[in-house]
Amino acid sequence: MTTLPDKTDRKMGLVIDLDTCVGCHACVISCKGWNTENYGAPLSDQDPYGSDPSGTFLNRVHSYEVQPEQGAAQLIHFPKSCLHCDDAPCVTVCPTGASYKRVEDGIVLVNESDCIGCGLCAWACPYGAREMDAAEGVMKKCTLCVDRIYNENLPEEDRVPACVRTCPAGARHFGDLGDPDSDVSRLSAERGGMDLMPEQGTKPVNKYLPPRPKDRIEDQIDVLAPLLEPIAADTGGFIGWLDKALSRLPGGTI
Amino acid sequence: MQPVIDTSPKVSDEVRKTTCYMCACRCGINVHMKDGKVAYIEGNRDHPVNKGVLCAKGSAGIMQVNAPSRLRAPLKRVGPRGSGEFEEISWDEAISTAVGWLNELHETAPHKLAFFTGRDQSQSFTSFWAQNFGTPNYAAHGGFCSVNMAAAGIYTMGGAFWEFGQPDWDHTKLFMLFGVAEDHDSNPIKMGIGKIKARGARVIGVNPIRTGYNAVADDWVGITPGTDGLFILSMIHVLMKAGRIDLDYLGRYTNAPVLVDADTGLLLRDADDKPLVIDRASGKPAPFDRPGVSPDLSATHEVDGVTHRPVFHHMAERYLSEDYAPEAVAERCGIPAPRIRAIAAELARVAFDEAFEIEREWTDFRGETHKTMTGRPVSFHAMRGISAHANGFQTCRALHILQIILGTVEVPGGFRFKPPYPKPVEAHPTPHSGRRPGRPLNGPHLGFPRGPEDLQVDDAGKPNRIDKAFSWENPMSVHGLMHMVISNARAGDPYHIDTLFLYMANMSWNSSMNSSGVMEMLTARNDDGGYVIPRIIYSDAYSSEMVAYADLILPDTTYLERHDCISLLDRPICEADAAADAIRWPVIEPDRDVRGFQSVLIELANRMSLPGFTDADGTPKWTDYANYIVNHERRPGIGPLAGFRGTGDKVGRGEVNPEQLNRYIENGGFFVEHIPEAAQYYKPWNTAYQDWAVGLGLFESPQPYLFQLYSEPMRRFQRAAEGHGDRQPPEHLRDRIRTHLDPLPFWSDTDQTGNAGFTVTALTQRPMAMYHSWGSQNAWLRQLHGRNPLYVPTKLMREHGLSDGDWARVTSPHGEITVPVMEMAALNENTVWTWNAIGKRKGAWALDEEAPEATQGFLLNHLIHELLPPKGDGLRWANSDPVTGQAAWFDLKVRIEKADAPPDESQPVFAPIDSPVGTGPKELRWKVGK
Repeated sequence: MTTLPDKTDRKMGLVIDLDTCVGCHACVISCKGWNTENYGAPLSDQDPYGSDPSGTFLNRVHSYEVQPEQGAAQLIHFPKSCLHCDDAPCVTVCPTGASYKRVEDGIVLVNESDCIGCGLCAWACPYGAREMDAAEGVMKKCTLCVDRIYNENLPEEDRVPACVRTCPAGARHFGDLGDPDSDVSRLSAERGGMDLMPEQGTKPVNKYLPPRPKDRIEDQIDVLAPLLEPIAADTGGFIGWLDKALSRLPGGTI
Repeated sequence: MQPVIDTSPKVSDEVRKTTCYMCACRCGINVHMKDGKVAYIEGNRDHPVNKGVLCAKGSAGIMQVNAPSRLRAPLKRVGPRGSGEFEEISWDEAISTAVGWLNELHETAPHKLAFFTGRDQSQSFTSFWAQNFGTPNYAAHGGFCSVNMAAAGIYTMGGAFWEFGQPDWDHTKLFMLFGVAEDHDSNPIKMGIGKIKARGARVIGVNPIRTGYNAVADDWVGITPGTDGLFILSMIHVLMKAGRIDLDYLGRYTNAPVLVDADTGLLLRDADDKPLVIDRASGKPAPFDRPGVSPDLSATHEVDGVTHRPVFHHMAERYLSEDYAPEAVAERCGIPAPRIRAIAAELARVAFDEAFEIEREWTDFRGETHKTMTGRPVSFHAMRGISAHANGFQTCRALHILQIILGTVEVPGGFRFKPPYPKPVEAHPTPHSGRRPGRPLNGPHLGFPRGPEDLQVDDAGKPNRIDKAFSWENPMSVHGLMHMVISNARAGDPYHIDTLFLYMANMSWNSSMNSSGVMEMLTARNDDGGYVIPRIIYSDAYSSEMVAYADLILPDTTYLERHDCISLLDRPICEADAAADAIRWPVIEPDRDVRGFQSVLIELANRMSLPGFTDADGTPKWTDYANYIVNHERRPGIGPLAGFRGTGDKVGRGEVNPEQLNRYIENGGFFVEHIPEAAQYYKPWNTAYQDWAVGLGLFESPQPYLFQLYSEPMRRFQRAAEGHGDRQPPEHLRDRIRTHLDPLPFWSDTDQTGNAGFTVTALTQRPMAMYHSWGSQNAWLRQLHGRNPLYVPTKLMREHGLSDGDWARVTSPHGEITVPVMEMAALNENTVWTWNAIGKRKGAWALDEEAPEATQGFLLNHLIHELLPPKGDGLRWANSDPVTGQAAWFDLKVRIEKADAPPDESQPVFAPIDSPVGTGPKELRWKVGK
């Protein structure tokens, strides 16, 4: 058993905008690239050119169809990685202390040299956010790019997780969710940021911004209808209207 | 205690900045190097295209440069075509073989070489090579991609979407996109959607399938495929009928006020050939561009009892017709009439009621100075979804007309061109096909016909080109018809060829209609046992399906091992506020015996002493492609790259700078020149822009012009079909030309001959992580999209008793496939679709033969024929747009039924091809640093 810190100085995490995520997987592959080359063991791929390719990814995008009671079905793209929970069950279940939550920023990490690859943490995580690396035999998970966000070898603007830096639609935001005045906290407050599966009691740090309501344009019809009042029933009437309308333009002759 | 970790590890030894080539978007990338190897790829923040972001493909480039499917050396075929049996040869032998085949053709019958390139980003160079070789048979892949969009844009307003222009993302408040799931303009569209959604702007997506951008659209219009033009014209009807159109804009900047000759349907012109308008001040005809003229949209002009009416009268007559009323089109479009009205009303509300002014003075081409610029914050984007129908050209024209009547083109908040666009038809060349053995072609292959006189046919009306481009079958085929080359060469119609030379085009698989038919055509033999297409040369970097069908393989490099230029002479990377171009350079050296294809072309040209490539005494002008990029001058002082000319300080025009590539590398691999503020909008009519463009060398003189709502070139073809002039269409095409070359957009259903009983539309899309990428053998990307079930809407699943994982037999008038299905609700209820080009042939791409792409993956291509079903008139009609010849991929109609006995694999199954590169490793742990 491993203990969690009573509290952390900051709560670094992600705010992910489900209204804007187009499901392009840019974050997935950028994460794969950075974390293959950096923190800990590379993210390996088994049978990468074969019948059942299966690699380690710290971030995946799932797509779900939603059928509202009224109107057309919708498709929601849902990126998922470790949510760096305040009450992280993956940490408390760890028999060796390899899984831990950092006091200074709340990031949940695995110390690979202490990880025995027992997989208990992956069972404990209700989000399926941890993946055992089949080649290395250690548990891999999102580090929130702990080797980028403080990295003095990177320009300051690049000290964000790889997934955030690369997201073309700007659907991923990074910051301190423990500070109510931070940009991410304000954004989450404005847009109704949600916890994922709050009933699990994990108190996730990452927040998801819900999709805005969709397919409402016909509801505006009463407002919009007067904008389309016909000016004429036929071509002749239209030309008559045109003459009058033109006279009101600059340079009009009437 | 918490472990101590290094939070500031060294990121890389060095960052090399070049241009991505994982798709056609051409983003800037930072390639992080460790120990001389590629360690990590990220977006370049300074780059005008992607501003730091990068898509999945771009980040997966690291798996592309180590791909086991990379070809290793030149190959000579030793087994029968299609077997994949090859022997590695030296470059000396490869070049000598190619020269041996080609040189005689150059000297005697250059048209017997057909040279076509696929996703080629060096078209200004490859066309220059083909022109100097002397063959008329050159084009790239636009004919089977999106020529309808490009051609309709140029003919209507001097440019289209993507590389021609973009929404004004900073100001637009309503963005409407048609037929786009992912796009050529990959990252900029995502960035733009993110930007406008962040400020609460509305996105409307029109697409039968609700994925990608349509999934995040605020409103989704799940239109019936092929009816986009009808929907658009219905909105035009509603807007015109309500008078919600920008009359001032139409009068000043379009040919709406230009008078149409009542006798000929051509535009009335003065003695200087200037189109005439009625001046509202004088009430008299005047050339459209005379200083001070105020064109009248309404006034007519009577001469000798004949009344000549302006274009706008003709538009009113057509579009006010109740045929285009929402109620009349709703059922065919699959969109309720109130919804059509609501969308039209919202377009008008945002364009007019949310109009705004930017305090920026500018002067138009008539000499009038405007104190402000008026913003109409509505913008559009469209691509293949509306193009790839046989009515696609007129549909694309209709979309441009919708933008124009709202006054949203080249204004703040609307759609904006990117240099060197806008560029009217008049500034483009006409097509050429005059062959002269041993000498260059008589002009550029591809161009924009102005009328029948520009057709490339002989006196008997027979096409000059192997693809029949610029013939009466498709007179405005401005990108050629790559999809017809192989079937025409097989049929010897219009003639037989000797050598087929292809670059980056997977024609025996996903880049052809009728893939199994194409395999047959490539392997067909004459009575004497020889191949009907005697010689095939192919260049590719990877072991694609097409490799097996060539006789000689010239292996290309990957994109990180080569020089390239993304040139203003070609398809540049400009932004609406700036001209820009870029290079690729070898950030790593190849570890195989491969060469950049463009350098190989130069070597071939030098060995053949091709004109243009060699001086009169046979001395080569350029040693390789890098040398060409720096030293070639298209016109004096104007070369492939606009930046750092002269001693490094000249832009656009300037002497050759031997240090130019180094300056690009120092600058991050690109060059940007910003457009002055006063010149950033109203570009076709803005004197400041026109002067700036001339200064940069984009044109030689200012070229202001009017948007062509009424297309006079089309009218010239139509008039020929009505029996006028020396060049008239053959009888069997007369009606078709008269109908489809209509100078004002109209909508017609596509030819449904043979479709009886086939009632379901079948489409394909490419996933975002693979769009325009020929890298789905990529180890990381194939884990995202390794399978492509047929997505079937809920209604059809129920009707046919299907459940997820079942197999369905899918039949078209042309063929049959049996494939796995999956239910999808967010889909037009009468449309099925799949991800394109996931399916691979066994033996290709260094994949295991049991890879899901090769066992369960499939292509819809087998269901699509390049010809329509026989009509019983003794003729075969191309499955193409009658205006441009664009391949009508999305007109496919099918029937589905549950497969009684599920097969082991998707049907049809093809025999495995021998892999020239073996298969990939069983495990990857790609960490290059210590």
